[in-house]
Amino acid sequence: MATAEEIARAADRRDIRNRWYLSAPALLTIFFAAVGPLAIVLVYSFLTPGSYGDVKWQFSPEAWVSVLFERDIFDDTLSLAGAHISIFWRSVKLAIITTLITLALGFPTAYFMATRSEKTRDLWLFLITIPFWTNLLIRTFAVLQIIRNEGIVNTVLMKLGIVSAPIQILYTDVAILIGMAYVYLPLMVLPVYASMEKLDFRLVEAGYDLYASRWQVLRRIIFPLVKPGVIAGSILVFIPAIGAYVTPSVLGGGKNMMLSNLIELQFGQGRNWPLGSALSITVMLIVMVALLVYVRNAGSQEVRHG
Amino acid sequence: MNWKTTATAVGLALLASSGLAHAEGALNIYNWGNYISPDMIKKFEKQYNVKVTVTDYDSNDTALAKVRQGGTGFDIAIPSQTFIPIWIKEGLIQETDPGKMENFKNVAPEWANPDFDPGRKYTVPWAWGTIGVVVNTDAYKGPANSWGIIFDTPDELKGKVNVVPEMNDVIFAAIKYAGGQQCTEDKAVLKKVRDMLVAAKPNWIAMEYNTIEKMGAGDFKATSDWNGSALRQRLANPAIHYNYPKEGYGLWSDNVVVLKEAKNVENAKLFQNFMMDPENAALNSAFHRYANGIAGSEKFMPADMKDAPEVNIPADVKSLGELQRLCSPEIQEIYSKIWTELQK
Repeated sequence: MATAEEIARAADRRDIRNRWYLSAPALLTIFFAAVGPLAIVLVYSFLTPGSYGDVKWQFSPEAWVSVLFERDIFDDTLSLAGAHISIFWRSVKLAIITTLITLALGFPTAYFMATRSEKTRDLWLFLITIPFWTNLLIRTFAVLQIIRNEGIVNTVLMKLGIVSAPIQILYTDVAILIGMAYVYLPLMVLPVYASMEKLDFRLVEAGYDLYASRWQVLRRIIFPLVKPGVIAGSILVFIPAIGAYVTPSVLGGGKNMMLSNLIELQFGQGRNWPLGSALSITVMLIVMVALLVYVRNAGSQEVRHG
Repeated sequence: MNWKTTATAVGLALLASSGLAHAEGALNIYNWGNYISPDMIKKFEKQYNVKVTVTDYDSNDTALAKVRQGGTGFDIAIPSQTFIPIWIKEGLIQETDPGKMENFKNVAPEWANPDFDPGRKYTVPWAWGTIGVVVNTDAYKGPANSWGIIFDTPDELKGKVNVVPEMNDVIFAAIKYAGGQQCTEDKAVLKKVRDMLVAAKPNWIAMEYNTIEKMGAGDFKATSDWNGSALRQRLANPAIHYNYPKEGYGLWSDNVVVLKEAKNVENAKLFQNFMMDPENAALNSAFHRYANGIAGSEKFMPADMKDAPEVNIPADVKSLGELQRLCSPEIQEIYSKIWTELQK
């Protein structure tokens, strides 16, 4: 006969086994959808490019070297890869500016929504989600129609006599920023609104009672309380913005590459799959560093509050 | 019924159904987007009782990469001449010997024995064309038969020029303008090409494929482009002219090939033969607006193509055209470095 201890151990074991069985679907999904493909990308980044696309199964660190360094085409000296670095920098810069624009527009929007009566709040929320019903490409082409030389903005400005010739907005960085800010704005509004909605507005009233100015209330009371929402929104905007492909190529005219275009080039006409893989992983690393910085900041803030 | 008769019945039914499926026939075509005439497909389907399915690709590189992975289920692809030697070398397409097919006699002499497929052992002409300079003469009245429009942009066109971002085409044109030969290994020429491209870029407004709409709307006043696209632009706006650059221009040719992994080989061969019939080729041209390399198809073409200067190269500039080749991997690597530097 089994002792009580043995029975307990068997139950334990069964419990552990069941836990594995129950988490198996999730683990398998993670393996096949995330870890597996990533591992392939990582392995490819250490191989030699095939002559006409694809890879040769031959170890080579060359792809990783050429992420940051380039052998001059003409005199074979190794130097910092100016082209790659400037493309990286442009992507990061545009992503940061997009995040700031969406924050500047999204924060007041979320505040406005959160201060409405409960019934109308739902309506506003519903309105914010409407753009999601339309495909990204179509929304981008809509922006193009508005800002192009013969588009609405320029036609109106010229009819009113404000400008004599159309302002060239399309195919500039400004066009990319307009497009990305428009496309990613809901991603900022929603999380900020979510934390703003939970805000206890009695605290705001208390602030006013204590003779705080509007600016002080915003800075000292509202902002610290909705900060988690702002951080979540910034992450949600920054990450897709840094890898944006459609918006920069439609509105930017494809003259200046972004990271995603550079990666696409390697898998297409450039025929350098290992470099493309190495660049993809580099993008992931940049995003990861950015996330760590965010999380660190958010974490230390909480400690101070506690 | 015992299990034996059941099994036999099931087996027979399976055989019958698979036999039926075979008789109905299918053909899976893997092609560039918006590049095959629906009317022509209908005609082929009716004539041979075959169900045709068309799937799109957007570049030679995509098509090559996908077919190389295998298991695509496609019977036919339409790669460009620069890529055909790779498809042959990698053993992706089969020798169907179109040179011996019934309709081969219709292939125009200049396309009967091309360098990319000597003796036409694998390929059948689909479409061919040129890459030149398109200018809106309302914006620029001067001579435009030069790559200088792109690489040494005249003042009237500064900030209004588009370049179609096909790496090989752009660098081919730049080498011609710099006085070199395609796939040159001369570093001095390549360096000149890079410097020239980098210096020219500030005068460009964009590097886009979508030229028909943008030239029409006036966003671009000039662009490098394919001749068929130029024809469609002129039909929309008569002020838009296509020009053959005097420094030399590129010729391209897309061709019908049968994949090694094709399941409907006989139908695919029928299709290759079908495409060499002048009437069918003309039907296709009427849709994609390019010449087809089949002699005698001209008389079936729509009126606006019969003497279009975009489709029929004028005699005086005929000799300036040169069929583009794929360069060696080493040269190709230099191309893509120049390209990255151009777009940084």
